[in-house]
Amino acid sequence: MSARAVVTGLGVVSPNGLGLEEYWRNTLAGRSAVREVTRFDASSYPSRLAGEIDGFEAGEHLPGRLLPQTDRMTRLALVSADWALADAGVEPDDLPDYAAGVITASHSGGFEFGQHELKALWSKGGQYVSAYQSFAWFYAVNSGQISIRNKLRGPSSVVVSDQAGGLDAVAQARRQVRKGTSLVVSGGVDASLCSWGWVAQQAGGRLTTRHDPERAYVPFDAEASGHVPGEGGALLVVEDAEHARRRGAPRVYGEIAGHAATMDPRPGSDRAPGLRRAVELALADAGAAPGDVDVVFADAAAVPELDRIEAETLAEVFGPRGVPVTAPKTMTGRLYSGAAPLDLAAALLALRDGVIPPTVATRPAPSHALDLVTGAPRPARLRTALVLARGQGGFNSALVVRAAED
Amino acid sequence: MSSTLPPFTLDDLRRVLREAAGADEGVDLDGDIRDADFDALGYESLALLETAGRIEREWGITLDDDTLGEARTPGALVDAVNAHLSAARAA
Repeated sequence: MSARAVVTGLGVVSPNGLGLEEYWRNTLAGRSAVREVTRFDASSYPSRLAGEIDGFEAGEHLPGRLLPQTDRMTRLALVSADWALADAGVEPDDLPDYAAGVITASHSGGFEFGQHELKALWSKGGQYVSAYQSFAWFYAVNSGQISIRNKLRGPSSVVVSDQAGGLDAVAQARRQVRKGTSLVVSGGVDASLCSWGWVAQQAGGRLTTRHDPERAYVPFDAEASGHVPGEGGALLVVEDAEHARRRGAPRVYGEIAGHAATMDPRPGSDRAPGLRRAVELALADAGAAPGDVDVVFADAAAVPELDRIEAETLAEVFGPRGVPVTAPKTMTGRLYSGAAPLDLAAALLALRDGVIPPTVATRPAPSHALDLVTGAPRPARLRTALVLARGQGGFNSALVVRAAED
Repeated sequence: MSSTLPPFTLDDLRRVLREAAGADEGVDLDGDIRDADFDALGYESLALLETAGRIEREWGITLDDDTLGEARTPGALVDAVNAHLSAARAA
């Protein structure tokens, strides 16, 4: 029988909270971090709002040797991994060689590092480009640096499927656990709030150009106009349940019970979007019926057509207003590969505490037939949560988590 | 033109190492590091490549890969840089 993959540690770096409990407290309180960009001068761009992390001093958490070779994204990822391992009570040095790996998702790699070095290249010349540019911009840079820092030499990789990747990476971690790896640090942390990253996102056409933080990122709202980007995410310790039991892990947040990923048909095709299949296949993988799902953490694209597809999918699978739905990412902006792992952390904490965090800013459009949790957190008996994530280019991913057995 | 350049010192190297690659908290870079192995000081090949690049830029010389590969200690790298500077002066 194949191993069960459970989550035993969480490390959160979110615009509305650095660290797991601060994030959870602020999320339940509905505290949004969406505001005008301060990291660079965004005043001349059509989009000017972001979810930025405040108060992160990398030098307080990381050795000096790592600073010249990392940008903000990788520093946040390294600290998030440290926190996840500490939360799991894991001392990486105590693990046998090759027993543990790192599988993260990435949306655009070390964009900010790349911007800095390209600037050096074009303004001063090739001699001024850092030798660390050779890897610091890679998609795999977070996986690599976390692996090196913690000597985690087991199966390691990076998954690149935009926002869906955050779930796909955790699913890959589960596969490796089933193949015999004891433990995988998995999830995603993204940060490219720099002018180069901004221009790239702006060109993608999915950023809102609204400037009122209270009304900018409003998924499932009749005025949905695109999203606000943010930085951060979460890393999870995904562990073989038996390994966790043997070592006396301090806690098990829940089980990665099911997952599926699908692709949308080509644009213009008359075939149905792939999200519904992803949901149904993930439920089947978890051995769960729609009625078993107690809460859905939505992808919440805030692009009208994508909102419609997600709302219809949920109504088709669960019945109209058939399941509570929430999008706490309305408080952080969309974090790209970091978004779904952060939702996964929120889902596990929701299962732990029996409470659904709210969606903020949105006034749900009645046409969507969603039971969207807005305004205040909703207490509920929760055992099974479904997390959805979609990526630009047709990626759909659905993941089912189940509360740990008592 | 480069005849006015002062010699490259161990302190110059300390500064460039810090700027290029940072310093390991477990190592006293200001201590007696002349004959310490770069590995023991926490600098891998990429850190040395970046360090060499900065020295080349600042002192206007070109260090070939062999020079870098053979200089396993700060003392050896300082000597190699000075040898290049002398050659540049003589030219």
